[in-house]
Amino acid sequence: MTAFQDSTVAAPAEPPARPVPAEPAPARWTRLRGPAVFTAVAVLMLVVAPLALEPFRLGLLAKYLCYAIVALGIGLTWGQGGMLTLGQGVFFGLGGYAMGMYLKLHDAGGDLPDFMVWSGVDHLPALWRPFGNPVFALAMVVVLPVAVALLLGVLVFRQRVRGAYFAILTQALAAALVILLVGQQGLTGGTNGLTNFFDFFGNDVAADGTQRGLYVLVAAVLGVLYLGARQLVRSRFGRLLLAIRDGEDRVRFLGYDPAAVKTVTFAISAGMAGIAGALFVPVVGIISPALLGVVPSLELVVGVAVGGRYALAGAVLGAVVMGYAKTYFSEELPEAWLYLQGALFILVMTLAPKGLTGLAVTLWRSVTRRRAAA
Amino acid sequence: MTDESEDVLLAVTGLEVAFDGFKALDGVDLSVGRGELRFLIGPNGAGKTTLIDVVTGLTRPTGGSVRFGDEELVGRREHEIVRLGVGRTFQTSVVFEELTVLENLDLAASFRRPLWSLLRRRRGVSEAVERALETTGLQSLASSRAGVLSHGQRQWLEIGMLIAQEPRLLLLDEPVAGMAQDERARTGELLTQVARDHTVIVVEHDMDFLRRYASMVTVLHEGRVLMEGSVEQVRADPRVQEIYLGRAREEAEDAVR
Repeated sequence: MTAFQDSTVAAPAEPPARPVPAEPAPARWTRLRGPAVFTAVAVLMLVVAPLALEPFRLGLLAKYLCYAIVALGIGLTWGQGGMLTLGQGVFFGLGGYAMGMYLKLHDAGGDLPDFMVWSGVDHLPALWRPFGNPVFALAMVVVLPVAVALLLGVLVFRQRVRGAYFAILTQALAAALVILLVGQQGLTGGTNGLTNFFDFFGNDVAADGTQRGLYVLVAAVLGVLYLGARQLVRSRFGRLLLAIRDGEDRVRFLGYDPAAVKTVTFAISAGMAGIAGALFVPVVGIISPALLGVVPSLELVVGVAVGGRYALAGAVLGAVVMGYAKTYFSEELPEAWLYLQGALFILVMTLAPKGLTGLAVTLWRSVTRRRAAA
Repeated sequence: MTDESEDVLLAVTGLEVAFDGFKALDGVDLSVGRGELRFLIGPNGAGKTTLIDVVTGLTRPTGGSVRFGDEELVGRREHEIVRLGVGRTFQTSVVFEELTVLENLDLAASFRRPLWSLLRRRRGVSEAVERALETTGLQSLASSRAGVLSHGQRQWLEIGMLIAQEPRLLLLDEPVAGMAQDERARTGELLTQVARDHTVIVVEHDMDFLRRYASMVTVLHEGRVLMEGSVEQVRADPRVQEIYLGRAREEAEDAVR
């Protein structure tokens, strides 16, 4: 036996050779708790909610779930990877516009989309032409955000830009995209964005049945992406990401290139935001610069912080809770919402940096400990 | 002295590093043979850590070369140097506190895997990780979070992470700094064991530790190699006594004033 036994266990009575102890097998309840909770939530969201909620409320929930998909990506980049991204709206917008362009062209049926006629555009811009093909447009929903994120990641992370500098950079990108979109009235619909959609793959987009179907689609996509993200977090890649968050320089001396890991993670979250943007368009019926600029990007991050950025479920929950809070307070106390949101953010960051989920875990632990002590 | 045959693993020649005009390293020549355990000593500011920083790519030298086997290390990025087989620890140990001891070791051992293969979940414990757990005696703590480890255990975990990477050269920067007496003894034994089948360079201040575990010592002073030799030779050298004892005398006088 080596002489380097840990002092707390090095007892003379120890057998001379001890195999590496297997990692403790979790109790069956602990092992099944995750899947059980996930199944319960899935049933609630996919079966109960569409039956119980009136169309208006269901539509709102679908919208929040779109934000929750973006939040999931923020949970990965910020919560797990420590990269505070304040510009997820950019990727959300790219996905949204890709979908919106297809829907506009489809509705126009060979003619120019309505807003182009009003802006005095006389022929379809070359940029728009390929988006008439649904396969191309759907591919672009993911490809565009991922490509932009990869490019940005390679440029930025290799130069070891991080922390506040990275955050400011992403925010500037969101601001720049808004300026670009607003400035190109004839190409993008300007401030109004793309709206007035009628048909979504053969369904009347305003019909209750279509909206219910869209809700189920959004919820299912969120569920699948959540499982994927969870798998990622639990993989070696996820451990590596956590290690980079807590000690990027040390990871470098383990022989890994943190820039590659961060870039891939950032691209994954961008792809998620793109998908969310594309789903958002038929659900809400509009994509415009106001929906993807600095403010909505920040609101998403605030939601993730409130829900708890270190847990993927916290990020998702935060987005939904903030969505409801925003709707409720905008209806009841419209002028107070902005201050409430700010106050909530400050409260959470100072009192419960791990957010609502962190708070819940702490409470649960203290309850079980008290029960164990009793 | 080192045999200048093909068995030289690390050859540092004419290495210079300047920070804002201050020469941290001023023409260092050093060669370390395969399988050697070399101690690097010198007073504060002698350039010991700077030398390690240059070898591992953290600091760019203003001149000179670092040959590792057949490869030139100067100009390479940190993770590339690690991939060539050079591992290091830091003065302040940095383990990943959120991960378990086992996960820390596993991450260290997986560094040669392509990125995509890391997407799968870890199944079981690899041989290299098992060996590292055994050598460091951290088996019983395998599934504890590294954040709960004591200072000594962290240093051992760091050394274990290095072993799990199966490097050709290990650079340990003050492995016993801040350790209690019994932890020092264990670290020394761990060092002896690791040195049996690795080439190791240890930066250490502690004279007592040096006496016990060192054979070959290189003394750095003001960015240059002052001398090289056995522990006895080094301790008997008047110049070495001057830079260590002279300093001690000054400090003692300072304390009196």
